[in-house]
Amino acid sequence: MNPDCVLQASHDKEELCLAFLGSWLIHVEPCGLPNFTQLFTPQTKSLCFDTQHLIEWDSRFLVELSRIIAIAENQSIAVDITELPSGVRKLLRLTQKKTTIPPDKKFRSLGVLEEIGNHTLGFFRQSIEMLAFTGELLLLYIRFFSGRARYLKKDLLFFLYDCGPQALPIVALISFLVGFTLAFIGSVQLRMFGADIYVANLVGLTMTREMGPMMAAIIMAGRTGASYAAQLGTMQVNDEIDALQTMGINPLDFLVLPRVTALIIMMPLLAICADFIGILGGFFIGCFSLDISPILYYEQTIKAIHLKHFLVGMIKSVVFGYLVAFCGCIKGMHCGRSADAVGKATTSAVVTAIVFIVITDAVFTFFFNVLGV
Amino acid sequence: MTIPAPFIDVQNLTMAYGDFILQQNLSFSIEKGSIFTIMGESGCGKSTLLRILTGLKRPAVGDVFFSGNNFWQSSKKKRVQRMQQCGVLYQSGALWSSMTIRENVALPLQQFTKLSPTLIDEIVELKLALVGLKGFGEYPPSAISGGMRKRAGLARAIALDPEILFFDEPSAGLDPISSKMLDDLILELRDSLGATIIIVTHELPSIFALADNSIFLDTETRTMLATGDPKILARDCDNLKVRQFLSRSASLADQP
Repeated sequence: MNPDCVLQASHDKEELCLAFLGSWLIHVEPCGLPNFTQLFTPQTKSLCFDTQHLIEWDSRFLVELSRIIAIAENQSIAVDITELPSGVRKLLRLTQKKTTIPPDKKFRSLGVLEEIGNHTLGFFRQSIEMLAFTGELLLLYIRFFSGRARYLKKDLLFFLYDCGPQALPIVALISFLVGFTLAFIGSVQLRMFGADIYVANLVGLTMTREMGPMMAAIIMAGRTGASYAAQLGTMQVNDEIDALQTMGINPLDFLVLPRVTALIIMMPLLAICADFIGILGGFFIGCFSLDISPILYYEQTIKAIHLKHFLVGMIKSVVFGYLVAFCGCIKGMHCGRSADAVGKATTSAVVTAIVFIVITDAVFTFFFNVLGV
Repeated sequence: MTIPAPFIDVQNLTMAYGDFILQQNLSFSIEKGSIFTIMGESGCGKSTLLRILTGLKRPAVGDVFFSGNNFWQSSKKKRVQRMQQCGVLYQSGALWSSMTIRENVALPLQQFTKLSPTLIDEIVELKLALVGLKGFGEYPPSAISGGMRKRAGLARAIALDPEILFFDEPSAGLDPISSKMLDDLILELRDSLGATIIIVTHELPSIFALADNSIFLDTETRTMLATGDPKILARDCDNLKVRQFLSRSASLADQP
């Protein structure tokens, strides 16, 4: 059996002859080849090859060979390639063909300052994009209410179904557990004052004013906002949005309108469910763990929640619905044209939506507090 | 290298999606080092046949033999080994968009060989030079044209020096000059690498320029109508449809 990739050099006056033996394959373990520059002596004027005992070859052979040839050409040594297998000669000729266009752009890594600058500029650009998109949505709804928007009723119904009944189980589960946890934590504190019954107030108020709308919005950001961004982003990659535009259909009307509308309509409804089921979670703990009578818990809850608390929650949830749909749609519509870009758009849609939800919630809480609502 | 059994042998193959039979009773063989084209109308199952040959889809009935070994009867590990000896050029290149061209071509080399990083870099540079993309290594796939993306895909397909190269509609979306250049490149690579090449296409100029052998799939009868050298088929095939396809002579008036 022949050893793999062996190189034998023989000097004959001014001629250097290299004999390649064995298999020169990419799958062969790295073999100890000599440093090619040391093969050449100052007397060497020409180079020839012997491949009689070369068993198999592939790109491995080509690469090593072109390295040798490059060195030889550097030292202006004549290279005789006639003894090489014909396939090798053809491939060598092919690699030496001129490239069609010389690359002009440079893709290099950026410095720290450049990165900071880019991010700052990117932040401003994004803010402007968002403002512009808000304006476009405003115009969109003017068209919608004046009946000039072109969209499919079927799409709207589909998204209503997708954002409502389809999302209900997960929203219900999460808000039940949130109510459950609130009651548990609250009871430990309130028991110290013998005020167990106020668990009902705590759970009722927190769920209707804060947690119901907020949990529903965060779940919808992860569930529906992400799916909006991914759908629209993939449509961008497949030229589907261009196809709508060339047909004279405004993609905002056709794609964004049903999505945003569906979420704005469904979010308050989901929030109502979340409120109710969260309170049920608290009721569960109140009755079975704190031994409060169900009637008492019920009446305490009814006394605690005024219509205004409920309305505060509803106003929030409408705004949250808009924010989630807005982030999903803007990231999807402004998505790049690669699989990578769709992933980034989806991530960004969810993160932006959750950040916006939390900030808006804080602002609302502050203002309602000032107004004394 | 003389192999008594044909290099690739397909016997009595039926392709189906659930109950829907796409093609049945396909039997043909492909010689080592030849260029084989899969022809047929749109939707006749050309691409599905390619998916079966590349090992992505299991045929409903029938066997595929590579050098006498039954592909679908062998173990999963053997199949993966076999698949690594195939290079596939997808219709639009299918370059991984999160990597540069260099990383795309280097990935199979990094994963399946023990070569040093410098040697891998040199091989990548060589492959890119072979397809005429020297110096484009650092570009992301989104920054180059469709034809270049296809050539970069070809560089990736030949990264591991495969025995069999598959092409899915290599000329789709290319202008006549680029498509001619790609055809020439395919011929050059066949001659120098000694690879067996299987092409799905309905571009007549490419078929006549490249193919040594071919198969014609038909939608209506759901089987193959002819197999053989397309230059001979165009003249002598006894099936009218094949002759019309290869001479581009059918018109709407001929339809019953």
